Amino acid sequence: MASTLLLAAVVMAGVPLLQFGYAVLIEAGIRRLPERRQWALRPWLWLAPALGFIGIFLIYPAISTVVLSLFDARSVRFVGAQNYVFAFTHPEMLIAFRNNLLWLVFFTGFTVSFGLLGAVLTDRVRYEGVAKTVMFLPMAISFVAAGVIWKFVYEFRPAGAPQIGLLNAALTGLLPGFRPLAWLVDPRTNNFALIAVAVWVWVGFCLVILSAAVKSTPAELLEAARVDGATEWQVVLRIMFPLLMPTITVVATTMIIFALKAFDVVYVMTSGNFGTEVIASRMYKELFNFRHFGRASAIAVILFAATVPVMVANIRRFRQQEAIR
Amino acid sequence: MMAQALRVLRRTPLHAVVIGMCLIWLIPAIGLLVSSFRPPRLVAATGWWTAFIPPLQFTLDNYRQVLGAYNMGRSFMNSLFISLPATVIPIMVAAYAAYAFAWMRFPGREILFTIVVGSLVIPLQMTLIPVLRLFTSLDLVGTYPAIWMAHTGYGLPFAIYLLRNFIGALPKDLLEAAAIDGADPLTVAPMTVTVSNLVNSLGQNWQLLTAAAFISMSVPLVVFFTLQRYFVRGILAGAVKG
Repeated sequence: MASTLLLAAVVMAGVPLLQFGYAVLIEAGIRRLPERRQWALRPWLWLAPALGFIGIFLIYPAISTVVLSLFDARSVRFVGAQNYVFAFTHPEMLIAFRNNLLWLVFFTGFTVSFGLLGAVLTDRVRYEGVAKTVMFLPMAISFVAAGVIWKFVYEFRPAGAPQIGLLNAALTGLLPGFRPLAWLVDPRTNNFALIAVAVWVWVGFCLVILSAAVKSTPAELLEAARVDGATEWQVVLRIMFPLLMPTITVVATTMIIFALKAFDVVYVMTSGNFGTEVIASRMYKELFNFRHFGRASAIAVILFAATVPVMVANIRRFRQQEAIR
Repeated sequence: MMAQALRVLRRTPLHAVVIGMCLIWLIPAIGLLVSSFRPPRLVAATGWWTAFIPPLQFTLDNYRQVLGAYNMGRSFMNSLFISLPATVIPIMVAAYAAYAFAWMRFPGREILFTIVVGSLVIPLQMTLIPVLRLFTSLDLVGTYPAIWMAHTGYGLPFAIYLLRNFIGALPKDLLEAAAIDGADPLTVAPMTVTVSNLVNSLGQNWQLLTAAAFISMSVPLVVFFTLQRYFVRGILAGAVKG
């Protein structure tokens, strides 16, 4: 324990020193060069640590995964597209694809629309700060804690027994004749129950960013419309929404990527059982339960490929932004 | 007088929706908090909302048990050792890169920035195998530096992207970005593993799960509340400019 403490202290003090030292050192080294060479070299030295980390932890693994996906379980024998055939035909994988589609539509739809609703409405009340903080809270807790919270809400006891889960208790109390549901097991509800948890976690993120955009819509413009006799609905729909559109696109893109990468909530709450498997949880199983590197890699590549269109759209947007700036 | 009453009435649905959303976001967490203070046999038998009907029966036993028997205290400290350096390192590394991207002109700047932003969408799972292999060959698996470095690698693209927007403003903004990473749910990894193990091994022992989950929430929540002002403003600055 003492050595761990010492290590932590050394790192906390050492890393900033190291970083600072690096800057001082490269500047001192560069000074000796002629002015023009200095400016050619400087950006690369400043970028080097970051590019190194990204290269090692993201770019190199991505390339290596593509290679591994063409080999067998132990990465010894070349098997061609066999792992991809598995990924596109195995029944569990087909379920995963269907579920990711559900996530894509409902997770993205609900997070963005609740975030938008929250952003527009909290802008009009005096307790805005409190309301936004409350909705942002789930972002500050881990997915596992969120999973535990919601397992508790979804808890099921057979009909007749006192329900200790809030959802079943409320529904049996309010609707006479309602039969309690095992929300996380019942195939009709479990995927939506999981998506609801993820929505609960991520709405705060959408809310904060959209709220910033709402605040930046010019007040004079909205006021002018009101003076001209526009109703509040028209002001929001006709004037505010078009102005918010770029931000909505950013938020929606981010949420689409999260929907495709959905993992934590599923892993914590059902482990992908009862027909709730998603692509990422299946990949985790292939990797850690079955130790099949080939299949796991192939699934990872498919996951990445699915995010490529989103990435291309995003980069195009960045370009447009740069052009405007 | 009449007009004011009408105004209040017209605004009722607005308040109803906002307060309703807040309740949906709060109630599940309150249920967890209340349950973590209830004796096991009651948690398993009755809903948490019945806890406020006298006779009141609250206890600290769940916390005592989780902190003692399940090594929660230890993984609590581990979380801190991981999250602090894992927060500081990426910010510093990203700051240099973001500064270069924002203020320096050099060939390939746009392509490199595109790659950095593009690496945001690489699924974490996709990097696990090669990184694990790399760490194995370097004999680094399970060590603190390995975890710090991995966090740095995974956190960098987002940090660079955000910081690029901040840089050029006051240096204070750097601290705000630190606040953003401080609340990152990823940085509570060992805590996650412990709670996750508890979920699996304890199954239906609700009272222990609730206490464990609340302990794991406490640090990020304290960080969030302390830095909340910067946090929201920090995101605003990035989003508005970006």
